[in-house]
Amino acid sequence: MEQTTVLVQIKGIKDGLLATFSEAAWDVQRLALFEQIDARPEFFQGARLALDVGSQELRVNDLVDLRDHLSDRGLSLWAVISESQKTEQVSQILGFATRISKPRPEELKQFAEVSDETALFVNKTVRSGTRIEYPGSVVVFGDVNPGAEIVANGNVIVWGRVRGMIHAGAGGDQGAFICALDLSATQLRIADHVSVTLKSQDQLSPEIARINDQGKLEAEPWKPG
Amino acid sequence: MTAQVITLTSGKGGVGKTTAVANIAHALAMDGKRVVCIDGDIGLRNLDVVMGLENRIVYDIVDVIEGRCKLRQAMIRDKHFQDLYLIPAAQTRDKSAVSPSDMVRLCKDLQSETDFVLIDSPAGIERGFRNAIAAANRVLLVTNPEVSAVRDADRVVGILEAEGKGTPSLLINRLNPALVKNNDMLSAEDVLDLLGIQLIGIVPEDESVIIGSNRGSPVVSDPKSRAGAAFRNIAKRLEGEDVPFLDLEPQSGLWNAIQRIAGRK
Repeated sequence: MEQTTVLVQIKGIKDGLLATFSEAAWDVQRLALFEQIDARPEFFQGARLALDVGSQELRVNDLVDLRDHLSDRGLSLWAVISESQKTEQVSQILGFATRISKPRPEELKQFAEVSDETALFVNKTVRSGTRIEYPGSVVVFGDVNPGAEIVANGNVIVWGRVRGMIHAGAGGDQGAFICALDLSATQLRIADHVSVTLKSQDQLSPEIARINDQGKLEAEPWKPG
Repeated sequence: MTAQVITLTSGKGGVGKTTAVANIAHALAMDGKRVVCIDGDIGLRNLDVVMGLENRIVYDIVDVIEGRCKLRQAMIRDKHFQDLYLIPAAQTRDKSAVSPSDMVRLCKDLQSETDFVLIDSPAGIERGFRNAIAAANRVLLVTNPEVSAVRDADRVVGILEAEGKGTPSLLINRLNPALVKNNDMLSAEDVLDLLGIQLIGIVPEDESVIIGSNRGSPVVSDPKSRAGAAFRNIAKRLEGEDVPFLDLEPQSGLWNAIQRIAGRK
């Protein structure tokens, strides 16, 4: 018992409880967490739990299984914080928050390390409720549906239709652009500019959105050459 | 021979999940299949009402899970079909009375003696929904041709894919061809275009569906009903038959176009 409490530290934060995992094996930590919860079920009943899993690489099944076990015990898992990009992506897909009110310094450092030429390739349609955040550029092969959000520090390229929200140059890059086969988005953002009304097109034609010479966010048909 | 466990879900409420479960279950039973329906909407049950079995409930799903009765005792036999059963939800409990692993266990127990297990999911994407999809090896996504319902459906597709449940099949319910023709309703093409998943059936809007639900005798047994025919076709497709889509409006090329889209994958 003495040892397990060291494996997983649970403390209260503004948004509920935060469980911080150490570097031990995932199964061991999982059990340690349940042990702590089962020791004081009334305390944990109905609690909102955030997890800090460190640099562990977790698969969808790991998190789904953990969430189900937690929900059996009356806890709701709402956030998974991780240093591993893979784990972060998995938790985003499952709809968990990947950040709690105060970002950790390690995360900021990680953002700075990714160069402009690094892109995340998303090989499927991004559906409602999915938020993809990436410090470089993002390429989507598929549509971006209404209710989906893509936030990138670099550019965003969509081989498909954009009907959700896209924020390019989220770190403040005024030169970032968004291009897509069809830009009928509800809202586009580049750096600190927001465009709400985009003219709807009758015909599907590739478009590119960027900040023009007058400092306005504008979308125009893409011309080869 | 193991059963197919099929969950009907939608995200948004009121699109016709429960009605679809009752009708498809009846249609499967008409084809001589052994079918068990499970009402997953604990606390807000109504599949029993739509199937006309409300006053026969003695035990419910929570009684089975908590060990107060045997599985067999909670299975209510339908009034018309020997091999159609309902496991009702508990009305005085809530979703937390059942866990996803309970559902998996329950469906495993049913598998040896049935052909189809149909699970009626509650609206939403929370606990009740998680319970309902836990045991499914196939998911039917029910939606109406309305923007809000389609948005929610899209969210559900995303969750199902992320959980490794695969891509669901789409059931478009309550389509009104006249409204579509006047551009006052999303067409089936519009819905398919956004969701990009495979179609299993389009059920036209039909008053007799509501009348049947209120009477507790699903419309599918009415040979004259268009909606009934659509549900019978969906059942056939679940059985693995290749049934062409109903021609809801013979004059237009729209339905041909839908068949083209549906057959694309």
